[in-house]
Amino acid sequence: MTTLRSDLAIIAREVRPHARILDVGCGDGLLMAALRDTKHADARGMELDTRDVATAVARGLSVVQGDADTDLADYPDGSFDYAILSQTLQTTKRPDLVLDHLVRIGRQAFVSFPNFAQWRMRLAHMFGGRMPVTEQLPHSWYDTPNIHHVTIDDFRSFLAERDIRIEGQWFLSGDKPRNERLANLLAEHAVFLLRRD
Amino acid sequence: MAFLMQNDTRFGLDKKTQLPGPVQLDSGVAFAPVDFAYETYGTLNADKSNAILICHALTGDQYVASNHPVTGKAGWWTRMVGPGKPIDPARHCIISINVLGSCMGSSGPASIDPVTGAPYAMGFPVITIADMVRAQALLLNHLGIETLEAVVGGSMGGMQALSWAALYPERVRSAVIIASTARHSAQNIAFHEVGRQAIMADPSWNNGAYYGHEAPAAGLAVARMAAHITYLSEAGLTEKFGRRLQNRDAKSFGFDADFQVESYLRHQGLSFVDRFDANSYLYITRAMDYFDLAEPHDGVLAKAFSGTKTRFCLISFDSDWLYPTAESRRIVHALNAAGAAASFVELSSPFGHDAFLLEAPEMNRIVDGFLRAGESR
Repeated sequence: MTTLRSDLAIIAREVRPHARILDVGCGDGLLMAALRDTKHADARGMELDTRDVATAVARGLSVVQGDADTDLADYPDGSFDYAILSQTLQTTKRPDLVLDHLVRIGRQAFVSFPNFAQWRMRLAHMFGGRMPVTEQLPHSWYDTPNIHHVTIDDFRSFLAERDIRIEGQWFLSGDKPRNERLANLLAEHAVFLLRRD
Repeated sequence: MAFLMQNDTRFGLDKKTQLPGPVQLDSGVAFAPVDFAYETYGTLNADKSNAILICHALTGDQYVASNHPVTGKAGWWTRMVGPGKPIDPARHCIISINVLGSCMGSSGPASIDPVTGAPYAMGFPVITIADMVRAQALLLNHLGIETLEAVVGGSMGGMQALSWAALYPERVRSAVIIASTARHSAQNIAFHEVGRQAIMADPSWNNGAYYGHEAPAAGLAVARMAAHITYLSEAGLTEKFGRRLQNRDAKSFGFDADFQVESYLRHQGLSFVDRFDANSYLYITRAMDYFDLAEPHDGVLAKAFSGTKTRFCLISFDSDWLYPTAESRRIVHALNAAGAAASFVELSSPFGHDAFLLEAPEMNRIVDGFLRAGESR
């Protein structure tokens, strides 16, 4: 099995066996395949890119071509144990609406994203005076899928406004886990497990 | 097992059989007896788990992967079905049945009504897509096939595949629906009505009683020409013909086929009448127009699939304006609501609705992966 990206590895580890899962922005289905093979999950996916959908379906996965911004409305409430949005939030047109759908469709939701307040980003801004281009966010400002950058603190305050409860949180520096202390400054990636009360 | 099947006359090429029936039709008629013309490729395995039913489109037939007896042309889906293809006789027992109402050997308006000894003509009962599927189920019973590994179809074949999953969910493990729809739209019905009126306006049609006389070839050719436009795309037509003239340097200032596209359509119309019965065209287009899978479920398509264990794979083409992607999405939406395992992808092609019959490596890759995943479960 291909090694999973570290945020996906956290999700794959935390998911309960035999869960029903919707992976929004599932790419070519690596996480879904891992969840199917290691957790016997009933995994479904949504992906915008035709080639990725074709690859995922050819892997034997149930993936529907669709856009998180428009097509999540089609899914009934509570139809999955988990809705997963990994590294996709910052690419959506309306992250707020996508998150609302996520916690509506899934009884719980996993959301992972790159933290735009990590110190390297801050330094690039402060001293470079330029939009940061890093290993995690390798795109130039004019040609980036990441149209809604978010920080861990932004995300937390959004959740508080929307009465979305945090049931788990994990932070990463590179591939290494790190604790919650100063996460907004030090973590490159965050993974949250959410539930709407 | 392979040896046994070689001696089993129910399987093989160009098969014909009559079953006592009846088929209970949506119209209320109990239709009997029922003639079937069909082909099988490959061998049914010991646990009878490798049967794949291929459903054909409006003017298709059972000759999926063998030469057509009238035109001599290769089968209509050799790109999908055959050695090394996603549907492979080395792995699958492939069955293809001429639909009820058609004219290639299964019961249709040109068949002899045993009561009168004459062709049914317009005495043939009006049928639906569901009726075609009920008839196919009778033949599968006769073949001793209870469960299908998959039902696969494009266009009207996709309607049958959807109906199979809705009518006999326990008999269908996987369904592949390509360039299709769960209902005929007003525009779909409108184009079909043009075709039917062209046939019925031909004096030779004679209220359908033309057997033994001259067939309404002119009307049927016009019907085919109108329909053929809907199978292509504007970009495809422009690329293929543009405004180029046919075998001439200047416009004729007459009504000859000046343009290549006119000549092409005339050829399509004329070659069609040699292989198709006008009354069958009326009955099958009617069946398609009556098709709305949600109708028996209070208009809620998801209810047609509630509790289904069938896996679904849907494919649409971006230039198909006959059954556009939105119709496939509507089916996917219903399958999601029903909690069904569904995959869907829209592929890019300049060739319109007919894209599913043409070379499409991505389509083959998807169907192959989808079927193999079902086999490994």
